[in-house]
Amino acid sequence: MSGRSTNHATFVIERTYDAAPARVWRAWADPAEKLRWFGPQGPAKAEHELEFRVGGLERMTVQTPNGARYTFAARYQDIVEGERFIHTYEMHLDDARISVSVATVELEATAGGGTKLTMTEQGVFLDDLDTPAAREHGTGELLDTLAAHLQDAGDRG
Amino acid sequence: MVERLTRGPASVSELARPLAMSMPAVVQHLHVLEHSGLVRSEKVGRVRTCTVQPAALRAAEGWIAERRTAWEESLDRLGEYLAEHPDEPPKRSKQ
Repeated sequence: MSGRSTNHATFVIERTYDAAPARVWRAWADPAEKLRWFGPQGPAKAEHELEFRVGGLERMTVQTPNGARYTFAARYQDIVEGERFIHTYEMHLDDARISVSVATVELEATAGGGTKLTMTEQGVFLDDLDTPAAREHGTGELLDTLAAHLQDAGDRG
Repeated sequence: MVERLTRGPASVSELARPLAMSMPAVVQHLHVLEHSGLVRSEKVGRVRTCTVQPAALRAAEGWIAERRTAWEESLDRLGEYLAEHPDEPPKRSKQ
């Protein structure tokens, strides 16, 4: 938890929902709806504001029962209604900035009337503020991500 | 490459051998890894030996895994929410 460091990473998550893209879009764009699934589900308390427009800000502060305070602070950089949006966001743990990221969310209608959601996050993680719980995750994902990163670097080079 | 290095230090040619990559491509990838702090290399005589930096590996792994897991959980909750509220009326301006 002491030294200064930066770690860069990119990851991609895909999900397919049994709901039309317009419906999925609203769950991200409407503040009340977003809080329902994006906010804490347990006993933690959250404050949430969302202004879903280009240049608009989102802020969610979560106070956990054990006294930690997490803050998600985002700015919406690009919005193509119903299709994609890009937001930059930073995460704080108490007063320490943990990470700064660019996250792209893309929606695509599937043949069955559902929605394929693709989220791509590119971020820099700061100062080794990671958690022991997170380390229980295997190295497989890391290696996949690294492989993709290296592939990208190779393609660019 | 990193997977090989987690089993112990290796020379650049040892790293390149099992990979279907040209030597310049291998060297370029090593540069990326060194720049990210995941790998350190040292040249002794004509042989450059690479070692993985466990602290950096853990930190990178921790950050990716933690953030990825958090988003996966959120996106799964979104799926549950959509399943429970399929017919939430769209917000339309009054006409």
